[in-house]
Amino acid sequence: MSYTLTYKQFNECAVLIEWPKLINEDILNDVLQFKAKIKASEMFEIVLIKHAYQSLLIQFKNNILNVESLITALKSIYQSEAEVMPFQNKIWKIPVCYDPCFGIDLKHVAIEKDLSVDEIIKKHSLVTYKVYFIGFLPGFLYLGGLDEALEIPRKGTPRLQIEKGSVAIGGNQTGIYPSNSPGGWNIIGQTPINFFNVNKSEPCFARAGDGIKFIPVSKKEFLDIKTLVEHDVYFIESEVIGA
Amino acid sequence: MLRVLNAGFYSSIQDFGRPNFQEFGVPISGVMDRKAAAFANALLGNKANKAVLEMTMLGAKLQFEKATLIAIAGADMLPKLNDAPISINKAIFVNAGDVLSFGKLKQGFRTYLAVMGEFKTTSVLGSKSMFLGITDPCCIKKGDVLTYNSVSFSPNPSLASIKYNNDYLNQKIINVFKGPEFYLLSQQQKRQLLSQQFTVSKNNNRMAYQLVEIFENTIEPIITSPVLPGTVQLTPSGELIVLMRDCQTTGGYPRVLQLTGNAINILSQKFTGATFYFKFKA
Repeated sequence: MSYTLTYKQFNECAVLIEWPKLINEDILNDVLQFKAKIKASEMFEIVLIKHAYQSLLIQFKNNILNVESLITALKSIYQSEAEVMPFQNKIWKIPVCYDPCFGIDLKHVAIEKDLSVDEIIKKHSLVTYKVYFIGFLPGFLYLGGLDEALEIPRKGTPRLQIEKGSVAIGGNQTGIYPSNSPGGWNIIGQTPINFFNVNKSEPCFARAGDGIKFIPVSKKEFLDIKTLVEHDVYFIESEVIGA
Repeated sequence: MLRVLNAGFYSSIQDFGRPNFQEFGVPISGVMDRKAAAFANALLGNKANKAVLEMTMLGAKLQFEKATLIAIAGADMLPKLNDAPISINKAIFVNAGDVLSFGKLKQGFRTYLAVMGEFKTTSVLGSKSMFLGITDPCCIKKGDVLTYNSVSFSPNPSLASIKYNNDYLNQKIINVFKGPEFYLLSQQQKRQLLSQQFTVSKNNNRMAYQLVEIFENTIEPIITSPVLPGTVQLTPSGELIVLMRDCQTTGGYPRVLQLTGNAINILSQKFTGATFYFKFKA
């Protein structure tokens, strides 16, 4: 807890806390640690708390009467020694089929990046990506860690419909579309895994701080796993980080 | 049960939404005008956040299959019960078989129908608010049937009416806080933002209201950060977008202003062509 933070009143009952304008895992860990400490302190009645790469927004139940004293209280929580372990982070193994029938932009990426399709798949599935936060769509993970060799601009014109489960690259990010939606990223494969289920109290299994590792699978394996997922009997393989 | 004979232009069941699932990327949703919905509920002795039917621009045509007490608040769409005009902002007893319909939009843009208790539609992630991808259905259609508890007594005269001021429907002042990136604007831009008249464009819905006026933008996009309903974003091409109740959880455009809670209510009663001014909250 050593960053210089900026505190801003956001509206009558919310405060925004900002870290330096950088994207890295040290800042993410600090954001998550502060968020966990605020939740654990039970000093406030919180309606909503959410974070992004280097920011944390807290909306309180009651209007803020004295913003200075609120910020002083938050600063003392940030400085407090007590380490709170929010939860045990996991690395999730996500099966992805990189068959060209799903990876409709694989060829385009290969030509643009002067790589073979196999090299793209290898580079994409070698890394363990970090989940920074969930946003944009319900269950959309903001992942960090894409190999620079795979960075490619978004498409000039977004597609109107991208199929749920599509795994894609846009700029220096990679991600999974959790539902059918429009989108401008380059699609390189598809996963049969559900990233968002409204019937579960934790609608997305992955959390900020977790790792995501893509495991290449054949079309046959993809279809088998899809059947299991549809019957809600597929168990996503995972391992606890640091275990 | 309430039978939907005609759904109107865009109608959906809404309560105060699902703020607890923002960390999963789920929009808050909920009634666009909390003041009106809370008032309709209050007239019936319901809690402010109970599920109501939100109707946009054109009201629905609805048949009650059980007697109950109802209240309508928000936009005035000249409601009629069995073709006889009825008042808004008032508790009204309806009998089984009665048909509620609406006429021309007279004032405001969104009207709220509350029933005593609340609508008994399915709750998903802690809320009955309809939203595509979260609830199925995501809006009300002709032929739908909405359940509610019947009420067997006649209206209590003391419930008949509470004084309520509808002037906010025409209010031209939208109160705001400075947004997190407000400080990046030039002095001239700051002055312009707080003095110029703005117009609601045709791109206005439950997610966002885009404004007609193009605003000179010299600010770079930001690292993706949290947004809330009422956040005013400035896009690279200079469009101003006011996020509304169904907005995404995070965004990458500079946040130049933030509406007060009540200003979101006021703006949600405006539609294409309406003009207003931003003003700092006193």
